[in-house]
Amino acid sequence: MTFARDQWYVAAYGSEVGRELLARTVLGEPLVLYRTGAGEAVALADRCVHRRYPLSESRLDGDTIVCGYHGFTYDQTGSCVFVPGQQRIPRTARVAAYPVVEQDSFVWVWIGDRDRADPAAIPRAPWLTDPRYAVVRGMAPLNARYGLLVDNLMDLSHETYLHGGYIGTPEVANTPITTEVDDERGIVYVSRHMDDAECPPFYARSTGIQGRITRWQDIEYHPPCLYLLHSRIAPQGVYPPAQGEDDQAFHAEIVYAITPSTEHTTYDFWAVARDFAIDDESVSEYLYQSNHTVVMQDVTALDILEQVIASEPEKYQELSINIDTGGLAARRLLARMVGAGTVEATR
Amino acid sequence: MSSPAGMLTGDRVYRIHWLPGTDILRGVCHCGAQRVAEEPVELWEWLLAHPQGHQAPAAPPPSADAPTRLAVPA
Repeated sequence: MTFARDQWYVAAYGSEVGRELLARTVLGEPLVLYRTGAGEAVALADRCVHRRYPLSESRLDGDTIVCGYHGFTYDQTGSCVFVPGQQRIPRTARVAAYPVVEQDSFVWVWIGDRDRADPAAIPRAPWLTDPRYAVVRGMAPLNARYGLLVDNLMDLSHETYLHGGYIGTPEVANTPITTEVDDERGIVYVSRHMDDAECPPFYARSTGIQGRITRWQDIEYHPPCLYLLHSRIAPQGVYPPAQGEDDQAFHAEIVYAITPSTEHTTYDFWAVARDFAIDDESVSEYLYQSNHTVVMQDVTALDILEQVIASEPEKYQELSINIDTGGLAARRLLARMVGAGTVEATR
Repeated sequence: MSSPAGMLTGDRVYRIHWLPGTDILRGVCHCGAQRVAEEPVELWEWLLAHPQGHQAPAAPPPSADAPTRLAVPA
């Protein structure tokens, strides 16, 4: 499988992980997640060592999981602390415990060599827990390989055609982009600055702006998992001041975590954080419904595309044009990460 | 349209600018080398081949009174 191992991935929102056992598959590895009585998030391999029964189909007893088939019991480090009918616990009776970090409302898990897990390497999305922002969010399972979602998000010109009436307007596809790659830090940045654009309903209804807008889209992709879209919306001709707060504009920080589940499925975590109308529930509801609709339009399209691509030969023919400059850069960084992980895995 | 000059500030940043009003892309390497192209695949290949095929922007031509022969160390 073409996955980048030795990387951090979002397995869940923190709010999803509690005293119920949660099953997630990340990079083909089945995980069970739960929270200890002290509030610590735990991720263990979701297969009992005995007969492979999913621990996620079992039950919690305090901070231990009791396998629902024969009662093998594991603590939060993955060590087996009880087997049925005998005193001796086999030395190999343990399941893998994954490094976990809770940050910015996400539960990140490290997939790979746990000695290489560095929490400081996790990219940040601070708006998701900043009280100056209001957040709507969701997660959509995708029946498509993760690379298709990366392609989708790195080229926003598709908004004009796939998301017209929500976030797409003619100017998105028509405006040239600037693409940058920081080769050392492994970041792709794509800027599309529209000076004079139609205001799509998504922003017209949420900001109250009437008339045309200056719309900036600045993508910051931290492969493999975290995608940030810094969206700036202002009445046409209003630019950030040379100094001080950019308080004449509306800002939305649109965050995606793109987590490969299996070779042909992906978790699409999405969130919209805004710095305007933060106490207005009707705006939250509108943005939630609108963005959910947009995400599902992508899901439908990418699921179709997966079916097509899966039926084609490995090296199918494509044609890339100017709008694909950022997507091509993202693919290259991902390929480099996949290569690095493969080398490490074979040592 | 405002064209952002660049947001990333590292020492190894590659940039591709889509020149406004055209179909032309201009690649700029961190070493200063530049090239234009009409599609991104070729331009990324050239950029990422650094330093192969990369020369900093051409120096100004030598002035008339400059020596026409390079000094050769003894």
